[in-house]
Amino acid sequence: MTVRKNQALLTADEKRRFVDALLALKRSGTYDAFVTTHNGFIMSDTDSGARVGHRSPSFLPWHRRFLLEFERELQSVDPSVSLPYWDWTADRTAASSLWAADFLGGTGRARDGQVMDGPFSAASGAWPITVRVDGRGHLRRALGANGVQLPTRAEVDSVLAMPEYDAPPWNSASDGFRNHLEGWRGVNLHNRVHVWVGGQMATGVSPNDPVFWLHHAFVDRLWTEWQERHPDSPYLPAVGTADVVDLQGTMRPWNDVTPGDMLDHTPHYTYDTAA
Amino acid sequence: MSTITRRQALGAAAGATAALATAGAARALPAHTGDDSFDEVYRGRRIQGGPSHDGGHGGGHHAGHGGGYAVHIDGEELHVMQNADGTWISVVNHYEPFATPRAVARAAVVELQGAALVPLTLS
Repeated sequence: MTVRKNQALLTADEKRRFVDALLALKRSGTYDAFVTTHNGFIMSDTDSGARVGHRSPSFLPWHRRFLLEFERELQSVDPSVSLPYWDWTADRTAASSLWAADFLGGTGRARDGQVMDGPFSAASGAWPITVRVDGRGHLRRALGANGVQLPTRAEVDSVLAMPEYDAPPWNSASDGFRNHLEGWRGVNLHNRVHVWVGGQMATGVSPNDPVFWLHHAFVDRLWTEWQERHPDSPYLPAVGTADVVDLQGTMRPWNDVTPGDMLDHTPHYTYDTAA
Repeated sequence: MSTITRRQALGAAAGATAALATAGAARALPAHTGDDSFDEVYRGRRIQGGPSHDGGHGGGHHAGHGGGYAVHIDGEELHVMQNADGTWISVVNHYEPFATPRAVARAAVVELQGAALVPLTLS
């Protein structure tokens, strides 16, 4: 059974195996296919049209499935690997071990944002940015550089307290848990973390930075925490909403999975500690 | 929903100029008020924005959102999107809304640090 662990608690060997599996997927081309898929959805999901991966109720089940697919690819390289999660309410500075040279590497240099250390630096030669929106082929970051602060646990708790999963109009204007977790309204959790990291993480090709997976693994864990706090609150909408994936609607691009299939994570993985 | 809102806004704003447009021409116009086009040099980059008659993305691309508004930086299209509350994002600042297309174009110039956009592609 896959156990997803807090990145701060990984051993040196677990970090090395995770990094090596990422590099193997990069070499084979599998990694960049995930970047392409994400960018395709982020550019086509709109508030007034069809929306699946973002700004809609299926933001959470879509990313759960997306991470499951990616984790399975990692495990095809090394069966011992699972996706770690980054609790950005706790490890909230660029000095966190997450950003050390033996794991993801640090922030970018001022001149051009280029990450200069770690396994994903341009100098390593192992992490070319090929699915991109501009001419730059190196990983970039600007951790906290624009004055943004990572969300606090109190801010997370204020969102977890929201009893309703989602609400009409089921988009970036919605009230409810999903949109406040996604960040288009209110204190802003998920979106703000993308902005805090900067570089490719702030763009539509955000999975170019491996921290994408650790960020979304924690967002996914917060969904589980919310379910535990509100066991009687269902996924919404239940049925029949134009442009939106309802409980038993199939999600692109897989077309064989519904939000209803993704509500329970425990057939797929568990966590290192109770939520 | 935002499309309806903008169409309604256009209807209100276009009242004074309605006599200038035939019904057909009015349908061809994107659903934007006329005051959000721009063309300027910002930090050494030419940024342009305005209604797009092909729905954006150079016609041949399948970017899909049909925004009806196009932003260019040094002639290359910047993918932008309007949120339901009227704010804007772009593909290089995709998680941070800005008030206007011009603001999102300027933010993209800052983010790009001189780099050129690459043509929009989706597989």
